[in-house]
Amino acid sequence: MQISTNISRNSHSSNSKRLIRDILKNRYIYLMLFPAIAYYVIFHYFPMYGVVIAFKDFRAGLGIMRSPWAGLKHFEQFFSSYYCWRLIRNTILLNIYDLIFAFPAPIILALLLSELRSNKYKRIVQTVSYLPHFISVVVVVGFIGNFFSQNGIINSIIIKFGAGPISFMLESKWFRPIYIGSGIWQDIGWGSIIYLAAISAIDPQLYEAATIDGAGRFRKIVHITIPSILPTVVILLIFRVGGMMSVGFEKVFLMYNPSTYETADVISTFVYRSGFRQAQYSYSAAVGLFNTIVNFILLVIANYTSRALTENSLW
Amino acid sequence: MDIVFDRINELIMIILIIVTLCPFLHVISASFSSSDEVLRSRSLILWPKGFNVQAYRYALAHPILKISYLNTIYYAVAGTLLGLFIESLAAYAFAKQKFLGKKVFLFMIIFTMFFGGGMIPTYLNIKNLGLIDKRIVMYLPFCVSTWSIIILRTGFKQVPASLLESAYLDGASDLIILFRIVLPLSKAILAVSILFSVVGYWNSWFPALIYLKDRNKYPLQMILREIVIVGRMNEIETQLSEALTSTKRASMEEVIRYATMVLTTGPIIVVYPFLQKYFIKGVMIGSLKE
Repeated sequence: MQISTNISRNSHSSNSKRLIRDILKNRYIYLMLFPAIAYYVIFHYFPMYGVVIAFKDFRAGLGIMRSPWAGLKHFEQFFSSYYCWRLIRNTILLNIYDLIFAFPAPIILALLLSELRSNKYKRIVQTVSYLPHFISVVVVVGFIGNFFSQNGIINSIIIKFGAGPISFMLESKWFRPIYIGSGIWQDIGWGSIIYLAAISAIDPQLYEAATIDGAGRFRKIVHITIPSILPTVVILLIFRVGGMMSVGFEKVFLMYNPSTYETADVISTFVYRSGFRQAQYSYSAAVGLFNTIVNFILLVIANYTSRALTENSLW
Repeated sequence: MDIVFDRINELIMIILIIVTLCPFLHVISASFSSSDEVLRSRSLILWPKGFNVQAYRYALAHPILKISYLNTIYYAVAGTLLGLFIESLAAYAFAKQKFLGKKVFLFMIIFTMFFGGGMIPTYLNIKNLGLIDKRIVMYLPFCVSTWSIIILRTGFKQVPASLLESAYLDGASDLIILFRIVLPLSKAILAVSILFSVVGYWNSWFPALIYLKDRNKYPLQMILREIVIVGRMNEIETQLSEALTSTKRASMEEVIRYATMVLTTGPIIVVYPFLQKYFIKGVMIGSLKE
């Protein structure tokens, strides 16, 4: 009788006691985690609270807390504006072209590289192709501005063929091709690393068995290589889609000018202008919030779609 | 059929190499060329024509260029060290045993990769913290990288548990274990994290645009942007107009632009071949977490 009373008394208080004992035992762990957590809270989670100004009429003098509420006014203003559709269209189109042209490029390069006979040759190509990834976007746009200028190299080649000089940087219709093309130039090499790693992880016995079955090179690629790297492709695709709406702000910002706004102006650049140039903080925050939410929804949709279709997903 | 494929493949690779390298060669060569030659030949310059370093003299005379170089080095070093310190502590904590709240904290950190406050709320936050126009704003809000924590954690996990246990039994605290045992054994993964961090700071410019007002605090890429994209060379302009006629000035400005590009990107290009394998390793480890 005494024994059972003792046991029941122990198990009653031991849960909360055990909790506190665990926390105390691990106190150094929590201490070590503290700087990082503090960093994220201060620099990432505080701004998330600041998003509330999208629903207010922010006055700098009053601060976030005391500025008056405005409900959905800014969102209504945005969706009924004449430029709303242009911004959404440009953002979506730039992303779709990116997905169609820039996303497959590293995959194709990886496939081609893995088929190269000479290993030494392969390493040279790899080393060279990774280089553009490390230069800043300012330099890349500097290159672009220089080569595509009126007196630039591209135009002098065009003139040699008899056509007139094209004002690439000032015409809307050239913005997307140049943006996407230079993106491929910069990242095709670096992007291929991960696919090459996936390819090298494929069991060689699969290829041997295929050879015995009489499969040619092309069929091996289609039936072994590509299905094997599909999980990697899907994960990276989800990441890409998830970042869709915040399409490369820095590069667009450096490349565009008012004459190309028609195709170049995207949601994030508009957010910048209305916030920092026109000081419409609340309005800008509202559009920015719209951007972030759509991003998030796309990410979730992409994840669930891929999980349903291919059994691969981020979570 | 096979041979045809191989030849075409090799051809594609050659084209890739050429297309990748040409812009670099052109910019570097043109920067060392005389402005007359650059003006005259409107085609690709693959080797300096009329070798001279005049453009570099002008570029280095830009009063803010040198300061911005020092600024960038300061931001990169301070940011990387501070970040590495915080990241190592966190990575060690996540690498060790289970503890209450581990999953919650991990989720909290990874969540920030997908969701953020947005440009304006982030700016207002920085403003409220009183960081506007202070040098520290160029690295403090960015010093901790989630990706870095993850790869450091992966690296730390490789350290044999037996080593840690025996140190523990000898009475060492977690901090001592981290700094005396785990870190020295994780040099490779630390190198990866440092490299990516430094490259990130070297190429950073947008925070300066919105958070800094004093041009003397600008990083390298901001000045590069001014000179190359915005086309503003005021400080050098006076020296140029004294020395040259207006047509010569225009072509000299172009060569100066090339020279500035080389000055700002040169270090990365020079250092890159030696460190390339570290970068690739980083990508591999980062992707393993999937």
